[in-house]
Amino acid sequence: MLNRKEILETINMVEKEHFDVRTITMGISLLPCIRDDAKLTAKLCYDRICKKAENIVKVAEDLGSEYGIPIINKRVSITPASLLTSSFCGKEIVLAKALDDAAKMVGIDFLGGYSALVHKGMTSFEKSFIESIPEALAITDRMCSSVNVGSSKAGINMDAVALMGKIIKQTAELTKDRDGFGCAKLVVFCNAVEDNPFMAGAFHGVGEGETVINVGVSGPGVVCNALKSMKGASIDEIAETIKKTAFKITRAGQLIAKEASKRLNAEFGIVDLSLAPTPVMGDSVAHILEEIGLGQVGAHGTTATLAMLNDAVKKGGVMASSNVGGLSGAFIPVSEDIGMINAAKNGAITLSKLEAMTSVCSVGIDMVAVPGDTPASTLSGMIADEAAIGMINNKTTAVRVIPVPNKGVGEQVEFGGLLGSAPIMAVNQNSCEAFINRGGRMPAPIHSNKN
Amino acid sequence: MKSIVTVIGKDRPGIIAKVSTALAENCVNIEDISQTLMQDNFTMLMLCDLENATLSLKELKDEMVKVGQEIGVSIHVQHEDIFNAMHKI
Repeated sequence: MLNRKEILETINMVEKEHFDVRTITMGISLLPCIRDDAKLTAKLCYDRICKKAENIVKVAEDLGSEYGIPIINKRVSITPASLLTSSFCGKEIVLAKALDDAAKMVGIDFLGGYSALVHKGMTSFEKSFIESIPEALAITDRMCSSVNVGSSKAGINMDAVALMGKIIKQTAELTKDRDGFGCAKLVVFCNAVEDNPFMAGAFHGVGEGETVINVGVSGPGVVCNALKSMKGASIDEIAETIKKTAFKITRAGQLIAKEASKRLNAEFGIVDLSLAPTPVMGDSVAHILEEIGLGQVGAHGTTATLAMLNDAVKKGGVMASSNVGGLSGAFIPVSEDIGMINAAKNGAITLSKLEAMTSVCSVGIDMVAVPGDTPASTLSGMIADEAAIGMINNKTTAVRVIPVPNKGVGEQVEFGGLLGSAPIMAVNQNSCEAFINRGGRMPAPIHSNKN
Repeated sequence: MKSIVTVIGKDRPGIIAKVSTALAENCVNIEDISQTLMQDNFTMLMLCDLENATLSLKELKDEMVKVGQEIGVSIHVQHEDIFNAMHKI
């Protein structure tokens, strides 16, 4: 018989501490669907997604019920769509619409992979594809997009960085009736990973198998609660407790991932160890940092506590899963974390502090609302800064920023659901336009040359 | 397949009778049982074998949730693997 304490601990985690499996994401290769014609390619992609992901929602619900662990999101990630549209530049929207229709047909929450990988160079068809992103995000509901503009091996494609600043602005403009909501579905990466189950940045890399199941766990509330009884404990004891908690959480994810792959007739890919918050009380990464001893997230000491948290989560999780991947770390999206929202509201956290935090955790400047009149070049500057942190530190970094049309600093924007709400934060007013306009490619760092 | 049935709620006469009757009616065999009072809270854990059960795990869970509502306690039915995975190396 199992230990009473352990059984009740698991039940408490779900009932009182918001423990859940955040997502089961099915990666599907769409490479067999490529044709010369936009409509035919779109139809083949639609059919393939509907067939492969036919049972994902049912299987996830069954598993959630049988194991008593809620599975919040069911998602699909696809081959970067820019690879599918090379023969029909200018008609990419046909595919975007079909992908969104497929997502609705199978009943998933999001589909990721309207993506392009241009970290070293950008072909003409990739440029045309990227230019289609604003309209694609405006006319679809469940489709997410990402663009990789840099890597530790290749450097940073500054032409793509410049372009993405403009693309974000256009996306905000085309979805201005929803406070620039389209931008919440668009991520700009450096060192994007091929097996990320989280949105908006998920895509199914070309190095992946045909159909793969990746699972993202969550549990900031569980970690926070475990620390509540540790008043006065030293930081190494705190790290040890986080490790143990992360282990348990990840083991649940591993079990669900294995079982889901079996039932969906797909390969088991990875478990992503990320601590992903939601805007509800008791599910906040910021509150973990405050529990460790910060008056409010953003205080001096924030980067240090976050570095420890991120590392301890990985150490605990790595032993719990046979394959760890994705982004695996602590997420700090501003609008999706009640502790971060509060800190941004009263000015405890600024964009500069957020940038520092992203150097020690996944994933980047995430779900940050900025004034609608922020110049495209300033957004590109933010992207360049984050990409540089990722490139130099061999880690994934990203920018998901929303320049909210017709709103300014201090105003509030509501996205609803898991995306939450955010106060609009101030950006540095000095221009970086001349730097961004230079274009070109920032060379890879010396330590990328490891051969 | 084995499952863990957990019953938590305010103590009152007849909880064990009601829960075990419902399980028996669905041909679920109770292999181990442990029950205690924590403060005023009734807590019971049962290891059940569903080998010959007339309902699937999911259906049994839904059924037991209803039974729990009738007698004012919370009942969870979960595959035992989740506890093994989380608490055993």
